[in-house]
Amino acid sequence: MSSTASVLTRNNPHNGKIQSVPIGKIAIWWFLASEMMVFGGLIASYVLLRIHNGGWAGQAAHVRWQLGTLNTAVLLTSSLTMALAVSASRQDKLRRTAVFLGLTVLLGVAFLCVKGVEYTGELREGFTPASGLFWSFYYGMTGLHALHVTGGVVANLTFLVMAVRGDLWTGKQRRLEYAGLYWHFVDVVWIFLFPLLYLS
Amino acid sequence: MLSWLPQNVSTFGGSVDSTIRLIYYIVGAWFLATEGLLLYFVLRYRRKQGRRAFYKRAETIRQAAWVLIPAAIVLCLDLSIDASGASTWRKVKETLPSNAVQVEVTAQRFAWLFTYPGPDGKFGTPDDVTILGELHVPAGKPVELIMRSRDVIHSLFIPDFRFRQDVVPGRTIDAWFEATRPGSYELGCSELCGDAHFDMRGTVIVHDAGDYASWLRKTWRSAPAAVQNLSGAAKKG
Amino acid sequence: MKTMVVVDAHETAGFWRQYVFSTDHKMIAKQYLAISAFMALVGGLLSYLIRSQLAWPEKPVTGWGFVGPDAYNAFVTMHGTIMVFFVAMPLLLGAMGNFLIPLMVGAPDMAFPRLNRLSVWTLFVASIVLLSSFFVPGGASPAGWTGYVPLSDVPAYTGAFWGINLWLVALALEFASFLMGGVNFLTTAINMRAPGMTLWRLPLIVWMQVSASVIFLLSVGPLIAGAVMLFLDRTFHTGFFVPGKGGDPLLWEHLFWFFGHPEVYVVALPGFGAMLEIFSVFSRKPVFGYRTIVYSTIAAGFLSFVVWAHHMFVSGMDPRLAAPFSVTTILISVPFAIIVFAMVATLWRGSISFETPMLFALGGLATFIVGGVTGIFLGSEAADIYFHGTYFVVAHFHYTLFPTVIFGGFAAIYYWYPKMFGRMMNDALGKLHFWLTLVFFNVVFIPLFLLGIGGAPRRVYTFEAYNFLKPLQPLNVIATYAAIFLLLAQLPFLVNFAWSLARGKVAGRNPWHANTLEWTTDSPPPHGNFDLQPVVYRDPYEYSLPDSSEDWLPQSQPAAPAVAAAAD
Repeated sequence: MSSTASVLTRNNPHNGKIQSVPIGKIAIWWFLASEMMVFGGLIASYVLLRIHNGGWAGQAAHVRWQLGTLNTAVLLTSSLTMALAVSASRQDKLRRTAVFLGLTVLLGVAFLCVKGVEYTGELREGFTPASGLFWSFYYGMTGLHALHVTGGVVANLTFLVMAVRGDLWTGKQRRLEYAGLYWHFVDVVWIFLFPLLYLS
Repeated sequence: MLSWLPQNVSTFGGSVDSTIRLIYYIVGAWFLATEGLLLYFVLRYRRKQGRRAFYKRAETIRQAAWVLIPAAIVLCLDLSIDASGASTWRKVKETLPSNAVQVEVTAQRFAWLFTYPGPDGKFGTPDDVTILGELHVPAGKPVELIMRSRDVIHSLFIPDFRFRQDVVPGRTIDAWFEATRPGSYELGCSELCGDAHFDMRGTVIVHDAGDYASWLRKTWRSAPAAVQNLSGAAKKG
Repeated sequence: MKTMVVVDAHETAGFWRQYVFSTDHKMIAKQYLAISAFMALVGGLLSYLIRSQLAWPEKPVTGWGFVGPDAYNAFVTMHGTIMVFFVAMPLLLGAMGNFLIPLMVGAPDMAFPRLNRLSVWTLFVASIVLLSSFFVPGGASPAGWTGYVPLSDVPAYTGAFWGINLWLVALALEFASFLMGGVNFLTTAINMRAPGMTLWRLPLIVWMQVSASVIFLLSVGPLIAGAVMLFLDRTFHTGFFVPGKGGDPLLWEHLFWFFGHPEVYVVALPGFGAMLEIFSVFSRKPVFGYRTIVYSTIAAGFLSFVVWAHHMFVSGMDPRLAAPFSVTTILISVPFAIIVFAMVATLWRGSISFETPMLFALGGLATFIVGGVTGIFLGSEAADIYFHGTYFVVAHFHYTLFPTVIFGGFAAIYYWYPKMFGRMMNDALGKLHFWLTLVFFNVVFIPLFLLGIGGAPRRVYTFEAYNFLKPLQPLNVIATYAAIFLLLAQLPFLVNFAWSLARGKVAGRNPWHANTLEWTTDSPPPHGNFDLQPVVYRDPYEYSLPDSSEDWLPQSQPAAPAVAAAAD
């Protein structure tokens, strides 16, 4: 085969590997793809059942869209700060990375707090997961999403500690990049959930 | 093998059977050809002293054609099976004959209830008659089943009619059949519905047209008592 | 940037580190093998109980006792769940994939050895959770391996509150385990290949393992969502699947089969992969149409996502959906027909010898053809009206899964055992095992086809319930005797496996004279696999090259005169 020669010259046989994409990147995309299918399944179920039933507008009217909008803004901003943190880490700017990571963590926590306020308010009004199919989906989907946000906050916090202690540079920037991909994914899921649950 | 099929006493059963038969002959031929070839190769090309295997990778389309052309034939035969199946399916599941005798079917763990309109000809009125486990129908007339479930998914299966339809709680599903011959035939549940699923069965009793009318009149007369007893029995069962 | 694999200092590690918490892909493969072997014993015992009840209804089962209807349903449910998720997947993906992928691509280990260890341990926990469900109040789930709602949803219908909860948790853990495993399969096959190992030089079984992992990844998500919804229904009284609360039972069927059908290919493809390797080696011929097979696999993978509703023809879904799904379903027979024809064509003009692995591979192919052709009956919407939910379905899927999982799995074990343990298995015992298995398997399941044609519904506790089934009862008795003998026929294998570990003939590096990379290292391979980084010079199936004196040419052998001829 003609490609043999070029492969062999490109790779020194005794230490070389075919390394087009870093393994971590394949892994994180694999993980995100499986997550997409999970949320995709939930969202498809929601859409199908809602089309099928139709009678949810009454239940949906009780959702606090103002808080939902606020949370959308919070999460979008946190995606921005995360992107800035990643790019700062690429330029080896340690302090800047720590600052933006800290902001991302704060915004993530803020998102969870707002979510908690929403939940308590709704529960106090008597809307539990068992109050109707809309509420089942509402709690199910936002709850699963909030778990993902929590996971992201924990991950970002770990990187923040690393950045503050100054040991983010031993080949770990790439991992921060993956954490960033994950954080953006969590944001994208919210971008789907927000109109489906709050604006319809 | 197909002689194991039960008798067929419905009008569309013949179409179902003919699709089954078409598939049987097509895949039977493929089965024999492939297994035969496999057996022949295994015997013919077993290892012998001094004979080397033939080096053939079949990387070109011309060589791969040895498997691609049979696959293309498979594709054509598949499409003929699809065509036959689709036309049978349209007849059985996508059309409801008008002028059908209507019966409401209610499935509940672990019994079949069949409801007939009373003399007023309407469902949902006090003179409706409900019968446990026995579906009475006239021969030679289409019967429309209006099917509901009170609890879990069940499936009404009448082997001799080639009839099967799942009954799903929360939905009303219409299905139909037309029996050709008077007699008594078994029906059952073919979707796992709980511990006594195996015991959720009943009978279809096909009357000829005159008998059916007189059966219906007789049932109407004795109706009030029958309903009481039967719905009580169904709850217990 | 090069990512170096973490290779722990293995030789100095203690017992726990070396055998239990190992990160070595070969030890992890053996752990998967052990889990699947144990679970296969449980699944086999369940099949004995199921078959005994069917043959001799309501009589105490020898060695067990009376089996009631609820226990019967639980046994059927657990048999299915165990065999698909805890035997087939751990054996074909867990054990074979883990053992072979790094060795075959020429890598020292998986890309993420610790994640690999985590995935096998997750599976172990999942198995414990599943088995524990037998012992909770209410017993194991009796709702069928498909877990149709609302039967599985409302605890009052089954009485198995904890049984079904644990079933769901076990499945969730199992899915997580194989998602983690899949990361390793894909990353290792893409990124850890030895120099010269282009994608088109990968052994087909690696293609099949990776395809299976990707199919699994893309199909399981919606079912995970469904499982979460079902769990919430059961514990928080939501109503996703409860009609009275606005939910829809058919939604579960869609979510389940969107995964459930591709899952069949997830377990079938690695089995095909093993058969292809073995056909090539034991007929001393290149696989016929390597690329055609790869393209067919990929095509089948795509098609597998648009066939699920053929499980739902009579479910009450819109009947107009039946025809399109019937077309896609029957179409998927084409890529599989191509793979089967390519297998047969590989034998054509070969020089075939019949050691045990080859017998199992041939037996798998011959029986899979039965499973393949009978699938057409169920893929046709019209014939499915009659056959849906009958024993015909039971016989059909056993004829697809048994050949790929059990025949394919045994073929793989007999073939790679020398590499795994350094010794050969006994060929005479192996052949005895093969012939008994082949004969009794067919005697179990041919009667089940006849029962299905006769209209016998599956998951029925006793055939005595129906008059039209009573004359068919002798078939049940035949099938049950055969099933008992089929189970007993596995004894020679167990003896052979254990005996060969200590007394088998020492295998050497390459007992089968095979070309792929795993045969170039020691048997069993050392930690890190290869003394020197192997370099790949050619395709994996260069057997019986015309200009070469040997009838095999390893992938890693430097340029030989024959290479020029092999190039096109």
